[in-house]
Amino acid sequence: MNRSTLFDKVWDAHVVEHIPDGPDILYIDQHYIHEVTSPQAFTGLERRGLSVFRKDRTLATADHNVPTIDQHLPIKEALSRHQVEKLTENCEKFNVELFGLGHKYQGIVHVIGPELGVTLPGMTIVCGDSHTSTHGAFGSIAFGIGTSEVEMVMGTQCLLQNRPKTMKIEINGELGKGVYAKDIILYIISKISASGGTGYFVEYAGSAIRSLSMEARMTICNMSIEMGARGGMIAPDETTFEYIKGRERAPQGADFDEAVAYWSSLVSDIDAEYDEVLEFKAEEIEPMITYGTNPGMGVKISENIPVSATDSSKESFTKSLEYMGLEPGQSLLGKPINYVFIGSCTNSRIEDLREVAGFVKGKKKAEHTNVWIIPGSKQVEQAAIDEGIDQVLKEAGFEFRQPGCSACLGMNEDKVPKGEYCVSTSNRNFEGRQGPGARTFLASPLTAAATAINGQITDIRDYL
Amino acid sequence: MEKFVTIQSAAVTLPIENIDTDQIIPARFLKATDRTGFGENLFRDWRYNEADEPNADFVLNQPGVKGSILVAGRNFGCGSSREHAAWAIYDSGFRVVVSSFFADIFKNNALNNGLLPVQVSDHFLQAIFWEVKRKPDTEFEVNLEKQLFSFARLKAGEEFEIGAYHKTCLLNGYDNIDYILSRKESIERFENERVRAW
Repeated sequence: MNRSTLFDKVWDAHVVEHIPDGPDILYIDQHYIHEVTSPQAFTGLERRGLSVFRKDRTLATADHNVPTIDQHLPIKEALSRHQVEKLTENCEKFNVELFGLGHKYQGIVHVIGPELGVTLPGMTIVCGDSHTSTHGAFGSIAFGIGTSEVEMVMGTQCLLQNRPKTMKIEINGELGKGVYAKDIILYIISKISASGGTGYFVEYAGSAIRSLSMEARMTICNMSIEMGARGGMIAPDETTFEYIKGRERAPQGADFDEAVAYWSSLVSDIDAEYDEVLEFKAEEIEPMITYGTNPGMGVKISENIPVSATDSSKESFTKSLEYMGLEPGQSLLGKPINYVFIGSCTNSRIEDLREVAGFVKGKKKAEHTNVWIIPGSKQVEQAAIDEGIDQVLKEAGFEFRQPGCSACLGMNEDKVPKGEYCVSTSNRNFEGRQGPGARTFLASPLTAAATAINGQITDIRDYL
Repeated sequence: MEKFVTIQSAAVTLPIENIDTDQIIPARFLKATDRTGFGENLFRDWRYNEADEPNADFVLNQPGVKGSILVAGRNFGCGSSREHAAWAIYDSGFRVVVSSFFADIFKNNALNNGLLPVQVSDHFLQAIFWEVKRKPDTEFEVNLEKQLFSFARLKAGEEFEIGAYHKTCLLNGYDNIDYILSRKESIERFENERVRAW
């Protein structure tokens, strides 16, 4: 009887050696790098007198620490400019392909890999960024690593990794109206907590997952790390193959057909054994919003904040609500909001922008609400312009900016001011994440858009 | 990497759960392109107020608080993969982090920098918090060889787990990358024997 999971199949195909009583030496098919977590790795390589071992498996972009306006001008802030210049310098020195600022393929690393067809099913993919889990949507093993590991992959194309446990999360049924991929993942995390997936690699399955587009699947896998899981993956299917077909770096013609034949084998066996299996009903899920300072602290938008801690100590729960300026048992609907951020590797793709534009067309944002909409890549930006989406957004009073990670992590100047509330389509509501003292509510792009129009936290279903 | 030797030290406690790497070091301090100097921004937004003055009630600002052991609530190091978090902790003089649960990426980053993550039971963690609150200069001993974390005076403690590979690396100061470079022939053989490129 065959009992391998999708994860087992991909992992086993990449084990170079198993160290007895130690980790595996895992071969990495694709390494993405960016300006923030790579400079020390390049320095390390240089110190060891090494080159980048497999340049054709390494791709760089600038995204974390770039401005989202006037990208054609030199970066104003000296440290940021130096960091971005250092990436260019290192990529030239080590002969690594770079999509730097101004390049037509520049963008958030987890947006550009899939859209170029570099990310493919069955691959092992790493990047010095925890949201590398995004690429698991293609049925690849993709996870974030630290800078020492970035150096290791640069030098050897391999990583030393302990094999994680496996978890299947199955979601069956039909999603209700106004419920999007973001709501699904926020719902799952609210159920299993911000640490419920630690030590595991997750496979998402079930009819509700199968019904999702590739971009929606990326949103789900993206936030696997927010429950502590190293990564999440979804078995490739026709939706996957259709998405990849014709993309610039993807296999073409007969190679594509051959690839599809192989990719089709990347499914868990019927009797596959997981260390943990969880099941949820799609009908149970509603538009979600977070109220606390980790992504597990989320509720259905129609529900109130819990009156007491669900999975943490009383002290941590109280500290979290104090930071947010909220009371236990309070409803969030109607809460005035001055900032809305639509962007990040979770929700900045063209489908997200299409949905937002479809909703806001002909509407105006609330006067007191600042709305930043940051496309995930130059290609997304261009598509939005070609489709007239940028005009719709501008007419609604939204600021349509240039690609980058932006206010998701507040590394550049896009910061939410202290004490202000922001409804954000990003992935983390940690204290200070969007700027010192900033207070974040995580939600779907449609919930964010409806909030922007109303100027207060809004149930998108009121409009549907 | 420095060799890990048995440590006897007081502990700095942070009895808060889910301390994420944005708290350990906020993103705006990740702009440096070398590995040093991150210690001064460790727990930046808890340690300093808006005017960059120390917050008197934060543990690291309290007189007499010192030690090379950091003890924190469960799910320590969750969030971003930034190794800067491990660098900042190490740079501040810590050699051991104790919690009842660690996020995976943080744990790897710590091990790759000679910072030992010690996972103890929830019950034992509370005992440490309680004891340090009662007597802040309580000394603890961390013995990696024996995999034992103990109250130095009582000689009582809890064993902790660590894989044999990482234990050997830490005790001897071995570098992971040196090890994997020694396996380069196997890596090239693996590449040559693969049927497909992806």
